[in-house]
Amino acid sequence: MQEWANQLCENRQFGSKMTDSKYFTTTKKGEIFELKAELNSDKKEKKKEAVKKVIASMTVGKDVSALFPDVVNCMQTDNLELKKLVYLYLMNYAKSQPDMAIMAVNTFVKDCEDPNPLIRALAVRTMGCIRVDKITEYLCEPLRKCLKDEDPYVRKTAAVCVAKLHDINAQLVEDQGFLDTLKDLISDSNPMVVANAVAALSEIAESHPNSNLMDLNPQTINKLLTALNECTEWGQIFILDCLANYTPRDDRESQSICERVTPRLSHANSAVVLSAVKVLMKFMEMLPKDLDYYGTLLKKLAPPLVTLLSAEPELQYVALRNINLIVQRRPEILKHEMKVFFVKYNDPIYVKLEKLDIMIRLASQANIAQVLAELKEYATEVDVDFVRKAVRAIGRCAIKVEQSAERCVSTLLDLIQTKVNYVVQEAIVVIKDIFRKYPNKYESVIATLCENLDSLDEPEARAAMIWIVGEYAERIDNADELLESFLEGFHDESTQVQLQLLTAIVKLFLKKPTETQELVQQVLSLATQDSDNPDLRDRGYIYWRLLSTDPVAAKEVVLAEKPLISEETDLIEPTLLEELICHIGTLASVYHKPPSAFVEGSRGVQHKRLPGSAGSGESVESPDTSSAAGISDAPPAVIPSQGDLLGDLLNLDVTPPATTGPPPAANSGVQMGAMDLLGGGLDSLLGGDLGGSSAMGAGFGAAPAAMPASFSAPVSGGLDDLFDLGGGVGMPMGAFSPPKTVWLPAMKGKGLEISGTFARRAGVFQMELTLMNKAMSVMTDFAIQFNRNSFGIAPAGPLQVLTPLSPNQTIEVTLPLNTVGPVMKMDPLNNLQVAVKNNIDVFYFSCQYPISMLFVEDGKMERQVFLATWKDIPNDNESQFQIKDCHLSSDAASNKLQGSNIFTIAKRTVDGQDMLYQSMKLTNGIWVLAELRLQAGNPNYTVSLKCRAPEVSQCVFQSYEAVLKN
Amino acid sequence: MSASAIFVLDLKGKVLICRNYKGDVDMAEIDHFMPLLMQQEEEGLLSPVMSHGCVHFLWIKHSNLYLVATTNKNSNASLVYSFLYKIVEVFTEYFKELEEESIQDNFVVVYELLDELMDFGFPQTTDSKILQEYITQEGTKLEVAKSKVPTTVTNAVSWRSEGIKYKKNEVFIDVIESINVLVNANGSVMSSDIVGSIKLKTMLSGMPELRLGLNDRVLFALTGRDKGKTVVMEDVKFHQCVRLSRFESDRTISFIPPDGESELMSYRINTHVKPLIWIESIIEKFSHSRVEIMVKAKGQFKKQSVANNVEVRVPVPSDADSPKFKTSTGHAKYVPEKNLVVWTIKSFPGGKEFLMRAHFGLPSVENDEAEGKPPITVKFEIPYFTVSGIQVRYMKIIEKSGYQALPWVRYITQSGDYQLRTNA
Repeated sequence: MQEWANQLCENRQFGSKMTDSKYFTTTKKGEIFELKAELNSDKKEKKKEAVKKVIASMTVGKDVSALFPDVVNCMQTDNLELKKLVYLYLMNYAKSQPDMAIMAVNTFVKDCEDPNPLIRALAVRTMGCIRVDKITEYLCEPLRKCLKDEDPYVRKTAAVCVAKLHDINAQLVEDQGFLDTLKDLISDSNPMVVANAVAALSEIAESHPNSNLMDLNPQTINKLLTALNECTEWGQIFILDCLANYTPRDDRESQSICERVTPRLSHANSAVVLSAVKVLMKFMEMLPKDLDYYGTLLKKLAPPLVTLLSAEPELQYVALRNINLIVQRRPEILKHEMKVFFVKYNDPIYVKLEKLDIMIRLASQANIAQVLAELKEYATEVDVDFVRKAVRAIGRCAIKVEQSAERCVSTLLDLIQTKVNYVVQEAIVVIKDIFRKYPNKYESVIATLCENLDSLDEPEARAAMIWIVGEYAERIDNADELLESFLEGFHDESTQVQLQLLTAIVKLFLKKPTETQELVQQVLSLATQDSDNPDLRDRGYIYWRLLSTDPVAAKEVVLAEKPLISEETDLIEPTLLEELICHIGTLASVYHKPPSAFVEGSRGVQHKRLPGSAGSGESVESPDTSSAAGISDAPPAVIPSQGDLLGDLLNLDVTPPATTGPPPAANSGVQMGAMDLLGGGLDSLLGGDLGGSSAMGAGFGAAPAAMPASFSAPVSGGLDDLFDLGGGVGMPMGAFSPPKTVWLPAMKGKGLEISGTFARRAGVFQMELTLMNKAMSVMTDFAIQFNRNSFGIAPAGPLQVLTPLSPNQTIEVTLPLNTVGPVMKMDPLNNLQVAVKNNIDVFYFSCQYPISMLFVEDGKMERQVFLATWKDIPNDNESQFQIKDCHLSSDAASNKLQGSNIFTIAKRTVDGQDMLYQSMKLTNGIWVLAELRLQAGNPNYTVSLKCRAPEVSQCVFQSYEAVLKN
Repeated sequence: MSASAIFVLDLKGKVLICRNYKGDVDMAEIDHFMPLLMQQEEEGLLSPVMSHGCVHFLWIKHSNLYLVATTNKNSNASLVYSFLYKIVEVFTEYFKELEEESIQDNFVVVYELLDELMDFGFPQTTDSKILQEYITQEGTKLEVAKSKVPTTVTNAVSWRSEGIKYKKNEVFIDVIESINVLVNANGSVMSSDIVGSIKLKTMLSGMPELRLGLNDRVLFALTGRDKGKTVVMEDVKFHQCVRLSRFESDRTISFIPPDGESELMSYRINTHVKPLIWIESIIEKFSHSRVEIMVKAKGQFKKQSVANNVEVRVPVPSDADSPKFKTSTGHAKYVPEKNLVVWTIKSFPGGKEFLMRAHFGLPSVENDEAEGKPPITVKFEIPYFTVSGIQVRYMKIIEKSGYQALPWVRYITQSGDYQLRTNA
């Protein structure tokens, strides 16, 4: 540091201009003593020069705290410049010399009464910056006076000082009643005072979330909106950011605030514009979509957002990160503005990458040709990161815009021909995703891909290629050779590649068992015996066990049809998105993370939410909705879209109630021989997994995110996020499943008690059974069979009870079901006759399943089709039912029903009565159309059902009642 | 809410001056800034926000300085960047140029300004004209004037002081339109827009009320006039002084202007404009031997108009040598440090077409490093003309003393971000 000062003085010695840099010359050793003398000089000029030298030393990092008493002595001066320098010194060193800082108090107090407002303000501003407890108590009286000062400059400074003081000693501020004075300043006649008071209050409220300090009401809001027109650009930002925390009472208030905020969109300062956008995006939620004003507002938002792209690059970056959120929430705003996001050669890399992201979000059939041409152009650039992202973007376009898939694939093939190594690897990674999205369509390109096998050196690309080889093993003649070649260096591969190789070889084995037995043995032993990676080892064991006990089941598990991936994969999870919209313009919106993820001490802070939409004043709340989802023990299933640990852990529970039977302790120190112990647990675990197959997919990047919509994901937050789940707005819930009931009492089952229920989880219809042995002897050899029934329900696999059931032992079994069995009409329609066998006897019982279990996921009818069908079905087929004592808002009801695949197609409100039009489809293709009428305050709902097979109506109604009341 | 502290660093990351506003972030955290920046630069993932633990750095670069704000809260990032740029603006007006030396030479004023610009992380008065009324560089001289807070600081009119006097009252209005164009290698215009700016040089006494009338399509539609020669402004941005709610309600641009020079408003127009200077280029690269460049420039604007100081900048490979040029007009120059040929034409009349040929040698041993494909860029100015046809219809000036004032208007069109991609 001193070097700097010395060097400076050398540079300056010859300069003719006298500048402040001359003060840096006196920092040699022994100078402190000299300075001391100068500070105590009688001559004003000399004193001032000495203080400047002290500050210069301070600036270059030299410790001049030893001069504290001497500098403080200079404080009493009528020279404003000198005073400012002394104050600056105080702010820096008071904390290290708290005892001596007291010496300054008197002058502060006196300065706060100086006739010159600049000095009063300076004193109150500086006092607040001196974080010494002893001083703060002396601060109160001067501060009180300054808050009521006649000069607005002093008042606006005092307002901020309250926030400073609160930061040092919150209790003191409350005791002294400063908060009330601060609140009064919101009504001050001077706009700058209002703005600073708002800023100070917001700051205090933010650090004390429960203080309920900013009790915003329509009167204060009105005052703020008035001040908004008159204060400085920064003041406007404080006020807008504060407004964004308010929740209007109704749509009318919301509209009137929006109207008064929109002019801010024309402000030259980008930060004012973004804060205004935040308020508008938030309050818009409350406007009915059919309102003219809503459309007007949407139109008004686009131009200012586009103009933000002409700001300085850093501001462009913030704007782009926010636009990314805005287009996810309201894609209609910028859908015609694609070309402004085209990348320019001289854009900084961070702007380029963000523009690319937004281009993909805006890609649609209408503009895809243009977008692809641009992306191809970018892919031939030289900046590696940018090129990679451009290639990846082509893949994402293919997945997003189906009509363009073919062009995207051929563009990717062109790029592979360039043989630029990283382009090829990136292309292969995205082609894998395209295969997942459009199976059996583009596999002809596999040959081209295989040609590039040797050039792949990145784990992700290798894993993608291996996945492709495994998935399409039956079409690749030398698949075994290809995979074998990877196996040689198995232990040098990254985990991602190892896992993929394991899965691919098992797939290959299941497809071509005869030639590949040796290969599969080899990989299983590499994974289980020679690896110390627990994931790899466990997956190896699972396959091994599966292959050795039941190859058929293995096939069903490993080669199960995978859910298609969709564009949503890279969308931000909706609740997070809502929260981020409330934080537009802030760091959270830049990071795309909630503030709790990066601000210390904000964990307990409530997450911001968008207000509910028009009409549903009492938006969904009730924490018990999650239990209504029928997953009582396990927390609601979660898809980790941010890959946080907690999410991953919970993901295990996606596959529902595995065993509670064999305790996990059983696997301590298991060797291969002890595998049988695990048997039952493992197998039923896998049984429950059928069809969901997410565990299988977990190896390749995007897989888990493609789960059906009935699961929703809180992201990255702590446990509090989880419990928030039920409160989410417009969030679909899990399917309704009735509680277990006893189907076969032990009396009738010779000691075997069976209780059970039906559930539909992740699109899989299943029977969940609890078997309890109340007899004195061990039970084995369980099997199950169904009688013919109305919907052809049949077990999709054997009943997996592999361990003997000892006396007093209970086991939970999940039996996946299908609906391809023999059909016979039952009475009641949903009756199911079951036979269970064990080593003792065969037992018969019957049970009834809620018909909602048979509602399939694609039961959402097109609006037009719905209208036509409704008219088409004769009125005789219509039946009406009453549901009594139900207290849900229409949105909540609609959400609940959607969880059970009853889809709301349209909603109409007439005279305060909400009418929901809904459709559902049964597994045998029968459509049921419904009209649900409900009125706020009236607990009785009316359901009208129309169906070509009217006999199902009664059962459907029962399901309605059960779902809504649970 | 925004910044905890503001730092000014030199290129090596050494702190030149700093101000701790909130005290909730350790000032020593700044030592992590430079290593982080260098790491990001190395990875090619530079970003204007960086974080180290709980501390976030928001930074901009200006000449040989880094301006950095630190925070550990969920700060309003756009406010922080706006504010950092505002600091640059204020310092530049104070010190002519903002660079390492000017900070050292004026550290006392810099401290004073930092104290006035922001308080506890909240930006305060940032209008340099007003600041100059009570924070001056020569403290000794202006002792008297400084002893008062200019009422302007807290006034609703925070950008203009009272008591300004001119002998002759005049206001100069410059309407400047910049044309942004992006043309693909195959000659199709990918995007084009006009960014207009209306700048004022106000030399008016007292507190004048001004009203600016433009041939704004929306205004004409509102008042039911013929919209023949009007323009549609896609988006308009105004200086703090313009009453935004008034504009929102009846499209009137009314304001009390800041004294001296200021940008009153800017606007964006999306209409598809024909690129005023059209470039066709053939760049042929014969590896290991030569590059041949042929560029044709065509003035696609009215014959009566003339484009001045036209510069066509054509990229060439970085290892090119021995340039040879032939031009039908103007002259071409090789700028090796930028890997460009700059073809300058002082005066380029509308409707004319000119040609430039260039020939470069290439070394037989080729440069390994892949080079980007920089576009051809064009710079020009066309005076007395706006592409959009925007017109200042009137500027009404009313001051209570009732003086007569004259408005003067100038129009000019210039190139903005004007890029044409090449095949090379």
